[in-house]
Amino acid sequence: MDGAVTPGFDVERIRADFPILATEHRGKKLVFLDSGASAQKPTQVIGAMVRTMESAYANVHRGAYHLSETATAAYEAARVACARFLNAPRPEDIIFTSNSTMAMNLVAHSFGRGLMKPGQAVVISEMEHHANLVPWQMLRDGHGTQLRVCRITDAGELDLNHLAELLADGKVGLVAITHMSNVLGSVTPATQIARMAHEAGARVLFDGSQAAVHRRVDVQAIDADFYCFTGHKLYGPTGIGVLYAKAELQRAMPPFLGGGDMIASVTYEKTTWAEPPAKFEAGTPPIIEAVGLHAAIDYVEAIGMPAIEAHERALVDHAMATLPHVEGLTIYGKAQDRGGVFAFALDNAHAHDLSTLLDRAGIAVRAGRHCAEPLHERLGAGSGTCRASFGLYTTKAEIDYLAEALASARRFFA
Amino acid sequence: MFDDLRDLYQEVILDHGRKPRNFRRLENGTHHARGDNPLCGDKMELWLALDEDGTIADAAFQGRGCAISMASASLMTETVKGKSPALARALGEQFRELAMTGTCPHCQAALEEEMERLTPLSGVHEFPSRVKCATLAWHTLNNALDNQGKEASSE
Ligand SMILES: Cc1ncc(COP(=O)(O)O)c(C=O)c1O
Repeated sequence: MDGAVTPGFDVERIRADFPILATEHRGKKLVFLDSGASAQKPTQVIGAMVRTMESAYANVHRGAYHLSETATAAYEAARVACARFLNAPRPEDIIFTSNSTMAMNLVAHSFGRGLMKPGQAVVISEMEHHANLVPWQMLRDGHGTQLRVCRITDAGELDLNHLAELLADGKVGLVAITHMSNVLGSVTPATQIARMAHEAGARVLFDGSQAAVHRRVDVQAIDADFYCFTGHKLYGPTGIGVLYAKAELQRAMPPFLGGGDMIASVTYEKTTWAEPPAKFEAGTPPIIEAVGLHAAIDYVEAIGMPAIEAHERALVDHAMATLPHVEGLTIYGKAQDRGGVFAFALDNAHAHDLSTLLDRAGIAVRAGRHCAEPLHERLGAGSGTCRASFGLYTTKAEIDYLAEALASARRFFA
Repeated sequence: MFDDLRDLYQEVILDHGRKPRNFRRLENGTHHARGDNPLCGDKMELWLALDEDGTIADAAFQGRGCAISMASASLMTETVKGKSPALARALGEQFRELAMTGTCPHCQAALEEEMERLTPLSGVHEFPSRVKCATLAWHTLNNALDNQGKEASSE
């Protein structure tokens, strides 16, 4: 595989940090192009989690003994790292969840049911992951809010004129939009969306599950009310997600789940809530996962988000220069601002068949509708697409190999 | 690059995948069901026409999906024509075993000829995520015979 893609960014050195990239599958070297579904883990993350379990593990916020205090300190240090990663004003603005899905369900419950009035509306877009669609449908059906869907253009960009129309009647309580599409790769203009929402009196949530992996995110510069991402896509472990929520909203919102750790006092008659963010973290939290996520954030920050972004931009440019030459290949989405996610289809092979072939070549891509069924219908690709998604360990040579395998697959089905 | 995949994608399968047989609506159908594989978006609609003595006189389907699911539906419609519902269900049972294990030690000798026709699909057993593509049509067949009109799901 090739060497440094961007000056100062040594992709081979980075690859050496990911043990799985050295493995073979059915005798083929692994070409992992499914980081958008879940990214691989560097030894730094694996080691931090193992060390915690070996020597620094106990439940948090509970014991008055040294080991529990050590674990509590590590858990809270992860919160500090997440706040720094998103440039949140204070560590307490970070709520740990189990993933992005839970983060958005938390907002749907605590903000949607708790603070929105029936008749108010939630605006989403045509390119949402089901995680940022189904909770709002459930809110609509259970609480009487409306659900409005902002169109995307044929290029796969958010139609801001339509957004303005949807906001015009002042009934919108929340705009919940992806910061980067997991199908089209389109990056949305978050700062502008937040301004439009706020001018219309609405709050704004960004689903940063994809974006936070590829870009430097600054929730204060965006002026996001809510921003979430999920640990496993950021080279961290499964089982942990992050919700940034403005302090004033955390104070005003009722809790989501009830249980231990989220209370101040409990009697049979009445329970009072703990201060946020503990109010939103019922039960034993993902302690080991928080340590792993902290290590993952340290890892990407040591490389530098700008360097990662530049590397991925070079990969996107390379893919856009290479893949369109594959005969019969359609690439979905032509957004000006796009991250390293490519949904595609061959004219003579179904996505599922194609992914079986690519798998034989050692290439892992996702096939299906990527938890975005309405978007696939909108794209005229209702039976599914394949998706290649890049990570910081992806190389140009892997993209060339994908192009070669696609051409070969087309001949296979000819 | 993919020569070793010819076991899975035998010429028969590619042929039936490209040009599925009995790919049409059945206007005079007596039984009908939809099948859906939510994981990959395969969808099909199956019609059967049973004659007076209960034999499957005609079978047809429409839908979209991968080569495996289309070929399986196509071969199924060919195979069940002229069979009783009980025999068709028995074939489905045997086919599921074939798709999951690659062999069918319990297959009835009387159905050997029919199973032979379906054997090209046995390669899917090496691809656990693809077994459902091959069995969807047979799930849908059972539902059509039950004629509850409900959606078959490969889940
Ligand atoms: C844009 C987007 N939103 C939400 C999610 C859901 O993430 P999780 O399954 O970790 O909750 C994903 C990933 O699957 C995603 O790509």
